[in-house]
Amino acid sequence: MSMVKKTVPFEGTKEQEEQLLQVIKAHKGQKGALMPVMQQAQDIYGYLPIEVQKIISDEMDIPMEKIYGVATFYAQFALQPKGKYRISVCLGTACYVKGSGKIYEKLQELLQIQGGECTLDGKFSLDACRCVGACGLAPVMMINDDVHGRLTPDEVQGILEKYE
Amino acid sequence: MENITIKINGMEVSAPAGSTILEAARIAGIDIPTLCFLKEINEIGACRICVVEVKGARSLVAACVYPINPGMEVFTNTPLVRESRKKTLQLILSTHERKCLSCVRSENCELQKLCKDLGVDDEARYDGMKPEYELDETAAHMIRDNSKCILCRRCVAVCDKVQGIGVIGANERGFKTYIGSAFGMGLGETSCVSCGQCIVACPVGAIYEKDSTQKVIDAINDPDKFVAVQTAPAVRAGLGEEFGLPVGTGVEGKMAAALRRLGFDKVFDTNFSADLTIMEEANEFLDRVKNGGTLPMITSCSPGWIKYCEHYFPDMTDNLSTCKSPQQMFGATLKTYYAEKMGIDPAKIVSVSVMPCTAKKFEIGRDDQSASGYPDVDISLTTRELARMIKGAGIRFLDLPEEGFDDPLGEGTGAAVIFGATGGVMEAALRTAVEKLTGEELKELDFVDVRGVEGIKEASYNVAGMDVKVAIASGLGNARTLLNKVKAGEADYHFIEIMGCPGGCVNGGGQPHVPASFKNANDVRALRGKVLYDYDSANPVRKSHENESIKKVYAEFFGEPGSHKAHEILHTSYVKREINKLPE
Amino acid sequence: MKSLEELNAIRDKAKGQITLRLDEEGHKAGGAYRTHVLVCGGTGCTSSGSMQIIDKLKEEIEKNNLSNDVSVVMTGCHGLCALGPIMIVYPEGAFYSMVNVDDIPEIVSEHLAKGNVVTRLLYDETVTDEGLKSMHETNFYKKQHRVALRNCGLINPEVVEEYIARDGYQALAKVLKEMSRDDVVQCLLDSGLRGRGGGGFPTGRKWQLAMGNEADQKYVCCNADEGDPGAFMDRSVLEGDPHVVLEAMAIAGYVIGANQGYIYVRAEYPIAIDRLEIAIKQARELGVLGKDIFGTGFDFDIDLRLGAGAFVCGEETALMTSIEGNRGEPHPRPPFPAVKGLWEKPTILNNVETYANIPQIILKGADWFAGMGTEKSKGTKVFALGGKVNNVGLVEIPMGTTLREIVEEIGGGIPGGKKFKAAQTGGPSGGCISAENYDIPIDYDNLIAIGSMMGSGGLIVMDEDDCMVDIAKFFLEFTVDESCGKCTPCRIGTTRLLELLTKITEGKATLEDLDKIEEIASYMKQNALCALGQTAANPVLSTLKNFRDEYVAHIVDKKCPAGVCKSLLTYSIDPEKCKGCRACAKNCPADAITGEKKQPHEIDVNKCLKCGVCMSKCKFDAIVRK
Repeated sequence: MSMVKKTVPFEGTKEQEEQLLQVIKAHKGQKGALMPVMQQAQDIYGYLPIEVQKIISDEMDIPMEKIYGVATFYAQFALQPKGKYRISVCLGTACYVKGSGKIYEKLQELLQIQGGECTLDGKFSLDACRCVGACGLAPVMMINDDVHGRLTPDEVQGILEKYE
Repeated sequence: MENITIKINGMEVSAPAGSTILEAARIAGIDIPTLCFLKEINEIGACRICVVEVKGARSLVAACVYPINPGMEVFTNTPLVRESRKKTLQLILSTHERKCLSCVRSENCELQKLCKDLGVDDEARYDGMKPEYELDETAAHMIRDNSKCILCRRCVAVCDKVQGIGVIGANERGFKTYIGSAFGMGLGETSCVSCGQCIVACPVGAIYEKDSTQKVIDAINDPDKFVAVQTAPAVRAGLGEEFGLPVGTGVEGKMAAALRRLGFDKVFDTNFSADLTIMEEANEFLDRVKNGGTLPMITSCSPGWIKYCEHYFPDMTDNLSTCKSPQQMFGATLKTYYAEKMGIDPAKIVSVSVMPCTAKKFEIGRDDQSASGYPDVDISLTTRELARMIKGAGIRFLDLPEEGFDDPLGEGTGAAVIFGATGGVMEAALRTAVEKLTGEELKELDFVDVRGVEGIKEASYNVAGMDVKVAIASGLGNARTLLNKVKAGEADYHFIEIMGCPGGCVNGGGQPHVPASFKNANDVRALRGKVLYDYDSANPVRKSHENESIKKVYAEFFGEPGSHKAHEILHTSYVKREINKLPE
Repeated sequence: MKSLEELNAIRDKAKGQITLRLDEEGHKAGGAYRTHVLVCGGTGCTSSGSMQIIDKLKEEIEKNNLSNDVSVVMTGCHGLCALGPIMIVYPEGAFYSMVNVDDIPEIVSEHLAKGNVVTRLLYDETVTDEGLKSMHETNFYKKQHRVALRNCGLINPEVVEEYIARDGYQALAKVLKEMSRDDVVQCLLDSGLRGRGGGGFPTGRKWQLAMGNEADQKYVCCNADEGDPGAFMDRSVLEGDPHVVLEAMAIAGYVIGANQGYIYVRAEYPIAIDRLEIAIKQARELGVLGKDIFGTGFDFDIDLRLGAGAFVCGEETALMTSIEGNRGEPHPRPPFPAVKGLWEKPTILNNVETYANIPQIILKGADWFAGMGTEKSKGTKVFALGGKVNNVGLVEIPMGTTLREIVEEIGGGIPGGKKFKAAQTGGPSGGCISAENYDIPIDYDNLIAIGSMMGSGGLIVMDEDDCMVDIAKFFLEFTVDESCGKCTPCRIGTTRLLELLTKITEGKATLEDLDKIEEIASYMKQNALCALGQTAANPVLSTLKNFRDEYVAHIVDKKCPAGVCKSLLTYSIDPEKCKGCRACAKNCPADAITGEKKQPHEIDVNKCLKCGVCMSKCKFDAIVRK
């Protein structure tokens, strides 16, 4: 029996694969190309599932385990698809001191997920992040590219409701 | 290289420039403990057990990778150093499944030894959360138990850097770091070739072979079964280590005696089928040369290499000799020729092998390896498992008499016994092929150019007017280098010997564990290999085609090498495999 | 770019564009516009909407037919992020803070069109009875001295001519044309410049080492993987003045003999990456990057490499391992990068702020730089001031400024009149400075001596409401998260430390656990493989040293004096204040509050979850948390 855990089914398209192959081709023979290729692959697919890592491995002649090891080392690489709305709560010092931990807890409670997870309907995914540089607005969370600052836990529900 | 003088613990020591503190200390008669360090393979300074004080340094330094420089003053045994090493061990123990009593590595566990030597009395001092892991039992040959893993990464380095496979690595980071395969795949779902080099690299009991000793004991205790055992050449060069003998001690006679006392019905020798392999392989080679077959022909004795070829060089499987490996040829002959001759129902024969190898456990389950209709080999044990059986049975190994193998499948030549060392198959094949081609008796039997532990060797021989170019690779990383050369058209060999493990079978994944402290200072491959060459030179019969039992088996059963019957029973086929097969 | 003359021609032409914004030039208008409106385009102000402000400004300027008179300039960070979005109008130097899009029509029609400054919307400190006060006269800016940040907030980072107008690429030209490699090294050594990334290694020495190692290939790297939580100095330089980094790296390339540079920048800095990409493209077009720079035969190019979210990659060997495409795990030194760095070739790595100082040192001389700062720490240092301080933002101060000056004067003190308790510097590798050292001049060596470190420049102020055990725990959570997992001391040690701290904050620890903390912490300092691991325990050690009583209170009295550690708090109701309105009881998720209507209520401490809902619902301030 496979020890691989079941995940959301892969829905990559031919076009995406073509794009990825182009990216790999553009980096052919370049030293240290793995991370840039992975970063662009993630831009194309949104995440780096086994199907995508297999393409990178086969085309770049790098063991898949090495790619996986890199993918799981860096916080930025995702093995799970992200939600339609990606929430990240800043837990940098400035925000933390101003109570971003409570915002994060509140979101976990409201969305019924842990950090790093995505709601079952694919709508929201939640992550903690490091300083986004908006310390003047602490505590801060981002939903996709929107910054919500000077937050209190009570405001969180209302903000979520604005995202359909 | 010039020498540098430094001070270790106040004493002057002179060591070659470029030495590490660890090496210099050894010259000074001091062993600095190591865990993660494997010379030239894993030099990462990660475990921190080898820390020492260097005068002027801001913190302790890792002796295993810290180069010496003139005038340096090193202290290897200060209270700070001792206390630090102890804490490192205590922290490791806090995440280590401490089931030491029954651990397969008890008594030769490097961690256990350090804890004892450094007097770690309070082993639970820093206990806390322990990461939880599932056992990985998906591979045919081994189990990974990460609850005992100390993250030294020796297995990873061997798999990646030596074998060039890289199916295991460090995943996640920080406290969550674990060694495993991509996406949590079991090793059996990857392109792991079962070489077992990770097992012999592991300092603790986190990786071990799937133990089949109970199956063997059950078979022996079953009165209906006829249990015959074969032992590969390299086993006799390693088994003694399990009983305290120095690395490089041959124990052929005691081994045969021990097997008999364990209750095997017949104690045979894989050397017999090694000779048989030479008969078939030399014939196949000459046939390919004469009839324009695929060249270079590549040996097929090493099942780790075979699986590697199928995954990584699938377009070269036609280059592989179709000969079964000696283990499988032996089993096939046992259950056909021998069964017929002795009037034993092959269904009742339990064919057991003792191998220096873990890939053999995979090989016995391959397709096209059941000549009699029953598996050629039923159970394949490693050298370590045999030692475990001997110890478990209370046999005083060192006190045993020297005994011989049983006839007729116990007869082997000097050509056969060197199969266990890199270059040995090539040398054995040359001894037979040259005589076949020239029709004259060889004067000089030692083909020294193909001997030695270098990863890649080349030689060229003029035989009967033809230049025969041969190459030998051991270790799969070297195999890849060699084959890429062949594929690129940079070399035009006729015959290549490839062994999956560096140094050949003597250094196989099923051989006894040797502590890294010994391996870092001695060449285990060479020490064990010498045992086999000594057996060879001591054997009055040193050419496979002069093995009387071999002559008889052809006369009575197979006919000629390469005959239809020989093909049916002694040859096999290969498949093409993917490198990255997505799990079902 | 083939010659200095070409560069000078561009400078002279562009100079007029910016003189309007410079105090020292006497506000003479040399450019095409009579008025410049500078809007901060740093991350902080962008987050609070400065891009919308720029759009609105342009729209209103158009409407008022001012397009030929007023220029809108997007700049880098001004530093006073707490008051963002920030907008400054020159030549008046009118400093508008917390600008709202809705105020723009008024500012344009009144101020830009008629010259009537909308005082109501200015940063209040700049408004005095006598009229406008220059921003440089305000408390926040007065004690600052901008060297690394000299162009931030002043030029448009996306217009290379503005950089050149500020003597950009003059230092590179000077080095290539007039100075030997040894001259440059000597200049840096004499200047006393030390690495601004945290370690404080003399930059000249670093370059000298790499220069002396022969190799067929060498590399110059820039560490822009600023990872300390709450630190954003480097980001501001990259966003506000990207060319200064390119110029300094090219100088480094000339000195050590490298023709390739890499900037390793955090992927979380999209604006910085954008501006760097633009800058690199411009530099290549101008020929200050590429082949035969200034016709001297010197080739140098720079590529970006994006980090992917690993704090440890700020460590130099880890950063290089990461550029090579691996897990960013550090490896032991020696060999040092100057001998064997990126792809085993001699490499130097400096951080953004270090580079930002170098062109000025070349142009103004080592003595000018060495004239600032303390005996062993020369020049200035940029700090990201955050936490419990009124003026949250970016400040650049001469080395030797005291913590009190930074917090009380530049930072404008602590909100709510609370008391200063500690300041944390050096991020997860640093420590907490207690009030006892409030007046210590800040430099590399003093900070080390009091158990903290300079780090890259995060400076978090804490007041009496901050629990020091909780802060130590916060930093340990960070290092547990960010430990690479390679070496035993850091991989397991950080987790064990965090477990012990958690025990303390939950009131489950014993005094023996304090011994264990000290054991592990000092062990990690000596034994971890890299600086991250060696310093990971600093936040614990420094708080333990300065606030041991607070630890003991948690352990022995089971109390959190700052009232932060949830498990140690108890909620009760002050019967004097309670009106019996039932608001708390109705909202309590645990049904822990009982009481008759209009009678004082009570909290059952055994049922209480300490969620604090009651406190937020009580209109009479009757809930007491202790």
